[in-house]
Amino acid sequence: MSALRIVVCVKQVPDTWSEKRLDPADQTLDRAAADGVIDELDTYAVEEALRIKEANEGSTVVVLTMGPTGAADTVRKALSMGADEAVHVVDDALHGSDALATSLVLAKAIERTGFDLVVLGSESTDARMGVVPAMLAERLGVPQATLASKVEIDASSDPATVRVHRQTDAGQAVVSAQLPAVISVLEKINEPRYPSFKGIMAAKAKPTATWSLADLDIDASSVGLAAAATAVVDATQRPSRGEHTIIKDDGDAGSRIADFLVSRKLL
Amino acid sequence: MADVLVLVDHVDGVVGKPTLELLTLATRIGSPVAIVVGGGAEVAEKLGEYGATAILTADDSALTSAVVAPVVSLLESLVASRSPAAVLIASTTEGKEIAGRLAVRLDAGVLTDVVDVSLDGDTVVVEQSVFGGSTVVHAKATRGVPIVAVRPNSVTPVAAPATAEVSAVTVPAADGRHAVIESRAAAASGGRPGLSEASVVVAGGRGVGTAEKFALIEELADALSAAVGASRAATDAGWYPHAAQVGQTGVTVAPQLYIACGISGAIQHRAGMQTSKTIVAINKDAEAPIFELADFGVVGDLHVVVPQLIAEIAKRKGS
Repeated sequence: MSALRIVVCVKQVPDTWSEKRLDPADQTLDRAAADGVIDELDTYAVEEALRIKEANEGSTVVVLTMGPTGAADTVRKALSMGADEAVHVVDDALHGSDALATSLVLAKAIERTGFDLVVLGSESTDARMGVVPAMLAERLGVPQATLASKVEIDASSDPATVRVHRQTDAGQAVVSAQLPAVISVLEKINEPRYPSFKGIMAAKAKPTATWSLADLDIDASSVGLAAAATAVVDATQRPSRGEHTIIKDDGDAGSRIADFLVSRKLL
Repeated sequence: MADVLVLVDHVDGVVGKPTLELLTLATRIGSPVAIVVGGGAEVAEKLGEYGATAILTADDSALTSAVVAPVVSLLESLVASRSPAAVLIASTTEGKEIAGRLAVRLDAGVLTDVVDVSLDGDTVVVEQSVFGGSTVVHAKATRGVPIVAVRPNSVTPVAAPATAEVSAVTVPAADGRHAVIESRAAAASGGRPGLSEASVVVAGGRGVGTAEKFALIEELADALSAAVGASRAATDAGWYPHAAQVGQTGVTVAPQLYIACGISGAIQHRAGMQTSKTIVAINKDAEAPIFELADFGVVGDLHVVVPQLIAEIAKRKGS
């Protein structure tokens, strides 16, 4: 076995350099308030998928996204980087879906398109829960080799295997698994390529499937805000911080910081 | 009172502070039941001191030789047998993975990056700090047992001595296919506390100037027994390891004290640190947005101010 079918999940998110807020109407992220872009953390996943493809002749990279119609731009970015085909799950009923519903929809789409390896960013820069890769492994019933700072694929063995350097708060571990499997990659695992002009032109001709919930045999009542397993009770903007002191260094600032730390019992 | 399951974080029998925080929160909503994976009775005393009324030990190599899934199976079986009011897990990278998978198994609500837990009648309500701390959200699970991942440094652990009964639990047989752990190495920290758990963080940014000058940031950190953080500008420049990056795409910290040295405070960075309890900033540019967050700010050159601060700390600690 050497040709792999690699599915890379991407998400359109508000630009990470912009302010984010909740829509007061339904306490979901106000996506109209900021520019939507491909999640920066997902660009590392796309790059890693492309490198695995390039190292294993005959492999294909399928870019998968779930999101509103505008998320097609995000898919196009991944296609112009070099992904071969795209799947966009779009359905009005998906608005407000929580991580459980998101993982359900992604798992159904991944099963339908077929996969040897699923690649994701370690978390999204908007929700920042970091749970979807693990949830996908659970739903697909395959090993999770997540939080990778390094990925090695051995596609010559049967079945093919993946070995990753897994980086958690507790330290690093080397973990391995047989494919099919789910991996997630950390920021800076690689240097994502920029789409070339040729890549951008080629992307327009690449196959993009648009699937609804019905196409995936998912009941609309099992996703979306109403089906979420968690609910926001209330949300408030944090008030700006109370009184603060800003001084200009007149030669004694180090001492004055120490005074301040003592006054706060921090020293 | 209903049980509250607490997944214990320990390294070689030493219980981490995040676990003591979980126990403190658990006592507010029920009877804390501590689950110790890959360890034994040596941690019992500490757990009892902070309120654990029962300690369940699961010492089986199957739990620690595969990634995440076996611990999920253990928790799943304990939820079934004890019907807890909630499951509390530290909101670390791995803790959140465990929480997420458990939520799928149980089709239950999962709440991550929680900073506080309370009861409203019989309902567990959590407080979360989202969008880098700019918005405070109260939330609840609407079905299943609430699976709550609590961010380290959210509460001060309070001793609440309880008599804890220690019993061993059997581990459910491995199901499904897992990633196998071949080897592991603890985080290399140069003797400093871990970034996400540290109660003091000293961070350097573009204003530090070079990789070599980060030694000054480390020196201040060591004077305060702090962890070292860095802004994205500093890690992108290769001045400090990427793992130390605090921000939207890096680590989120909420220490008692955060000292930002030469960091302008772009949203990218603020999103990772603005829930810190006390913030001190040193920056040359009086217009830098970090000063909007600072409790105490110095407009000045960190290369002058920081050495003086280090000397002052030494002087005051000596006196």
